[in-house]
Amino acid sequence: MAIANVLLVDDEAPFVETMTKRLTKRDLSIIPAFSGEEALERLKEQKNIEVIILDVKMPGMNGIETLKEIKKRHPLIEVIMLTGHATVESAIEGMKWGAFDYLMKPCDIDHLIYKVSEAAAKKRQHEEKIVQARMKEITSRMI
Amino acid sequence: MNQDKSLKNNYYQSLTRKLIFTVIIVSFAPMILVSGVIFQQYRESYKEKVYAHLGVLIKKHQRKIDSFLNEKMNDIRFLSKISSFEELSDETFLRKRLAVLQQEYSMVFEDLGVINHEAIQVAYAGPFDLTNALYLGADWYKKAIDTQYFVSDVFLGLRGLPHFIVAVRQIHEGKPWILRATIDFAAFNNLVTNIRIGRTGFAFILNREGELQTQPLIDIMPCKEACMDFIRKEGKTPGEIQIVERKDAYQKKNIFVSAFLKNGEWMLVYQQHVDDALADLNRVQNFAIIIFTIGGLAIIAMAILLSKRMVSRIATADHEKEIMSQQVIETGKLATVGELAAGIAHEINNPVAIMVEEAGWIQDLLEEEEFQKTENLDELERALKQINTQGKRCKEITHKLLSFARKTDPRVQVIQVNELIEDAVGLSEQRAKYSKVVINTNLEKNLPFIQASQTEMQQVFLNLINNAFDAMESKGGGTIDITSRLEDNNIIINFADNGPGIHRYNLARIFDPFFTTKPVGKGTGLGLSICYGIIKKMGGEINVQSVIDMGTTFSIRIPKDQD
Repeated sequence: MAIANVLLVDDEAPFVETMTKRLTKRDLSIIPAFSGEEALERLKEQKNIEVIILDVKMPGMNGIETLKEIKKRHPLIEVIMLTGHATVESAIEGMKWGAFDYLMKPCDIDHLIYKVSEAAAKKRQHEEKIVQARMKEITSRMI
Repeated sequence: MNQDKSLKNNYYQSLTRKLIFTVIIVSFAPMILVSGVIFQQYRESYKEKVYAHLGVLIKKHQRKIDSFLNEKMNDIRFLSKISSFEELSDETFLRKRLAVLQQEYSMVFEDLGVINHEAIQVAYAGPFDLTNALYLGADWYKKAIDTQYFVSDVFLGLRGLPHFIVAVRQIHEGKPWILRATIDFAAFNNLVTNIRIGRTGFAFILNREGELQTQPLIDIMPCKEACMDFIRKEGKTPGEIQIVERKDAYQKKNIFVSAFLKNGEWMLVYQQHVDDALADLNRVQNFAIIIFTIGGLAIIAMAILLSKRMVSRIATADHEKEIMSQQVIETGKLATVGELAAGIAHEINNPVAIMVEEAGWIQDLLEEEEFQKTENLDELERALKQINTQGKRCKEITHKLLSFARKTDPRVQVIQVNELIEDAVGLSEQRAKYSKVVINTNLEKNLPFIQASQTEMQQVFLNLINNAFDAMESKGGGTIDITSRLEDNNIIINFADNGPGIHRYNLARIFDPFFTTKPVGKGTGLGLSICYGIIKKMGGEINVQSVIDMGTTFSIRIPKDQD
């Protein structure tokens, strides 16, 4: 089983392709998307996405807008912002809007995997807590 | 350039001239106008006063002389009334009368004489021997015999001395006879010559023919034509005092005041130089001119001084403005380059990221078993590593470019400069060991805190230290002296190395973006322009001084209180 189900969003197609290959090779399940709009589409189709790697600077819907939209629809999915230096400020802004972390391009592949697994773990933990809370609710009702 | 300078000088000179001219005109015009009007008014009223004074004086004397003559006439008339022709014809009696008269009137009467109808002086009392003198041809006799009372003009007569005669005609036994008295000329003359005012004022009497009736002072010749003018004008203003100004024979302006005596037969004339009469006025005028001249000189001096000072101020201001606009251009240049750099950095960043990822992917693939046996595996791995390294270098460059455009952490905090310097030195220690460089610090204690971005300041210090390292590495070691001190509300930090120094030609461009002396690929040429931008933003200054083979000193000045 893969370490995590990841949605990789970046407008630079070659970057997405290579990253997909490299990350897949490292046991990550990658779904590529080339714009913010497409990312939202994929999210609708694929229900098992745990972590999203999101480029900040994209034409059309940019990273921050996409992030806001994702968090509105799927608050539990963790987002890692990917940025060039020029957009560090927007990455920080992204953190405020609920992103898990941010990384600077070009990034070390191992570091990226480490961050992704952390994010996935966090997400799973959240979900587990929710399940537990529900169970508690149900069991308490049974008494 | 020289032409430009001389043009500028011309401009300032003409500006100075215009200012001086304006100041002088503006100051002088009202001064001249006001003082001129006031002085003219003063002059008029003073002249009027002087004229009135002279008029009164002459009128007084006119009355005095008229009454003198009347008095003498009355005396003689009285004598002729109370004494008969026979009594008076007796010389002893006549002498007695003369003695009485002389006693009463202090020698005014010189002699007495009685002349019968045949113009023979039948009796005479006086100093001359004029008994039986015949006056038939004498001018005065002809007139005296026709009128009852007669005063003659001054004439020489038989005695050959100037004198004049007062005569009274009486009738004795149907025939006219005359009692005449000679008036002492000196006594009469004194009446007139006593009128002396100032240096040149004097009076004299003329008859209708313009002949002098008094002895004028020797040094002053009365002006005849002017006097004749008075006499001719007599009909127009009889009995009035006349005052006119005329030029005399020496072309000097004179005042003439005239009044008629003896029922218009004689004229009393007073003459004085205008300059003398208005001496006080002239003195005031001279004084005013002196004051005016001094004041005028002071105004001119002030105008020149002030204008020069003002123009030099303007010149300084212009110069400052020029420097300022140059700095603005410089800053603008930096800003433009900064924006450009940010754009380029960002655009380059993505392709570099892709390249690095692709290289990473190749490396991933190489780890597959099938490639492990390839003979060029080592070479491939080396190449990939190189691509990675160069990618990182690209990243570094873009990072620097971006920090040049927008500061990494521009948050302003309260910082202590010395601490930051020590931090920077600490960070550099490792490299210092390798480069055999000794860092000496001499930091003034208790420097005031300043408002600045910590990361920016560190960036500046590290940059300068690293530059010094780079410079001295080629030399194989050296020392860096870092000093900090407080000077006139400014914190001064010096970074002095004893490296090879910077060539004068490069020194001017050292803060320009992308200017570097390092070999290609070693430096971005942005370090010092970033430092420059940071220090400028804080309102400070960064300067460099360098001597070839002696070393280079970077000097930073940061104001203690920034606005």
